[in-house]
Amino acid sequence: MIRVEWFYWLIGLFFLAVAASVVRDRTNPHRTASALFWALLGLSFPYSSFVVAGTAPGWPLGLLVIVIAVIAGTGRLGQGSGAGTTTPAERTRLAERFGGKVFVPVLAIPVVTALFATLGPKISIGGRPLLQPLSETVIGLGVSAVVALVLAMWMLRSRSLGVALTEGRRLTENIGWASVLPQLLAMLGLVFATAGVGKAIGRSASAVLPGGVLLPAVLVYCVGMAVFTVIMGNAFAAFPVLTAAVGYPLLVQGFGGNAPAVFAIGMLSGYCGTLCTPMAANYNIVPVALLDLRSDYAVIRAQLPTAVPLLAANVVLMYALAF
Amino acid sequence: MLVLLGVLVVVVGFALRLNAMLVVTVAGLVTGFLGGLSLREILDAFGTGFAGSRSIAVFLLVLPVIGLVERNGLQEQSRRLIGRLARLTTGRVLAAYLLVRQVTAAVGLLSIGGHAQSVRPLVAPMAEAAAVKRHGPLPEAVSRRIRAFAASTDNVGAFFGEDIFVAVGAVLLITSFVDTTYHLTLRPLDVALWAVPTAVVALLIHGARSLHVDRVVAREVRAAGPPVRADDGAVER
Repeated sequence: MIRVEWFYWLIGLFFLAVAASVVRDRTNPHRTASALFWALLGLSFPYSSFVVAGTAPGWPLGLLVIVIAVIAGTGRLGQGSGAGTTTPAERTRLAERFGGKVFVPVLAIPVVTALFATLGPKISIGGRPLLQPLSETVIGLGVSAVVALVLAMWMLRSRSLGVALTEGRRLTENIGWASVLPQLLAMLGLVFATAGVGKAIGRSASAVLPGGVLLPAVLVYCVGMAVFTVIMGNAFAAFPVLTAAVGYPLLVQGFGGNAPAVFAIGMLSGYCGTLCTPMAANYNIVPVALLDLRSDYAVIRAQLPTAVPLLAANVVLMYALAF
Repeated sequence: MLVLLGVLVVVVGFALRLNAMLVVTVAGLVTGFLGGLSLREILDAFGTGFAGSRSIAVFLLVLPVIGLVERNGLQEQSRRLIGRLARLTTGRVLAAYLLVRQVTAAVGLLSIGGHAQSVRPLVAPMAEAAAVKRHGPLPEAVSRRIRAFAASTDNVGAFFGEDIFVAVGAVLLITSFVDTTYHLTLRPLDVALWAVPTAVVALLIHGARSLHVDRVVAREVRAAGPPVRADDGAVER
C-alpha cells in the first residue's frame, strides 16, 4: 500500500537538502540560523509520523516549532543569492528552443492528481487498497510532483537532479517562513479549541442576540461565521461553535428553518471570512510570497470586494430560501 | 472569557504587522496558560497540531519541477502563447480560470489547481502577458495587481466550488457534526445542493470583477504614463 507518510518524509528530505545547500551559501547573511531553520523543519516531518502514530511524545515537536518561530521572528531566516537561475534573455532563447514542451510537465500535475483522486480509491491489490484510504488526493499530488519532475528532466534534457533541487530551493527560500505558517495556524487552532475559545465566543454570540425576530438571528449566524472564521482562519473551526450557539437552537429549532440550507449557507458565509483573513495563510499569504506581491495583504485586498457582497448575498439567500 | 485574550494577541499582532510566526506562537502560549493548560500540555498540543496538519505542506513538492520548467522558459512560453490568441484579454483569462477552477472543484477535483501548481506557472503569467500584449510593458504595480487578482480567482473558485461536491470535507463535516450532535439524519446531497445558489452568486460577482480588471489595467497604465523601462516587461522573480 502506498502511504501518505512516504510523501511527508520526502518533504522532510527536501527541506534537509535545502538546509545542506543553504549552509554552504556564503552570500546569506544568516546562513547558520537559516540552515538550522530548514534542517529542523526537515526533521519535524519524519518525527511527526511517530507523533501521529502515538509512538512518540508531541512536546519535543512543540519545542522545535518554537525554535523555528524564534529564528524566523527575530529576522534570522535569511536568503542568499547562491541559488542562481537563468536570465530573462536565456529564458527567451530556451522558450524558442523547447516551445510548447515546457507545458507538458506542468499539465501532468493536474492530470495525475485527478487520476489518483478519482480512480485511486477503486484500485486494490490482493484485497488491500493500493493507496492509503482517505489520503488519495494528497498522495496524488505527491506522485504528480515526482512524475512531472521526471518528465521535465527528460523532455528538457536536464540530466542533473541538482539543477531541479537548486530551483526548488530558490522558490522555497522565496516563500521563506510562510511555507510553515499554515501548519502553525493549524496548531494554534488546536490550542484555541483545547482552551475553550470557541465556547467563549459562542456564549457572546448568543448574548448579543435579541429573541424572537428572524432576520437578526440569520445575520448573527452568517456574520458570526465570517468573523469567527477571520479570527480562527478556518471555517471548519467556526462551524460547530456558531451552529451550537445560534444555527441549531434558534434557526432550525426556533424558527423551523430547513436544516441543510441553513447549515450549507452558514458554512459558505464562513468561507467569505476565509477570503479576508491573514490567518488562512495557505490561501492568502503563501501566494503573496509565490507571486512576489510585496504587501502581505495584496491577495486579501483583491478578495474583499467579492467577500463582502457575497456575505450579504448569503444572508439574503438564507433568509429567503431556508424559511 | 479570559481565554479570548489569546485572540486579542493575534488581532493586535497582525494589526501591528509583527512577524506572524512569533504572533501565532505567543498567542498559542498565552491562550494555553489562560485556559489552564500546563507548559507540557501546551507543547503537546503544539506538536500534535503541527504533525496533524502536514498535508497543507505537500504543495512544496511541486516547487522543484515548477522551478525547472520556469528556468527553461515556461513563463516566456506562456506569454508567446497568449500573444497568438488575439481575443484573450487579462479579464477573460482570469474569468475563464475562475470558471474552470469552480467547475473542477465542484466535481471533486479540488487539488488539481492551486497557487504553486497553476497560478504561478500558468494563470498569472498568461494574465500578465495578455495585458502586455495590449499596453506594452506594464508598471510594476499593475503587474502585481494582476498577479494578486489571479491568486484571488483560484481561492474564490476553489472555495465556492468544493462545497457542491458531496464527498468532500465541508459537506461531510456539516453532516457528521450535525448528525452526531443533534441526532438528525441529513443527506450529504441536500447540503451540497444548497451550496449551489451561493456558488452561482460567487461566480457572477467574481467573474464580473475579473472581466472588469481589463478596464482597471487600462486606467492604471494610462495614469502611470509612458513606460520608463526598455525591457520586455518581464518581471524577474
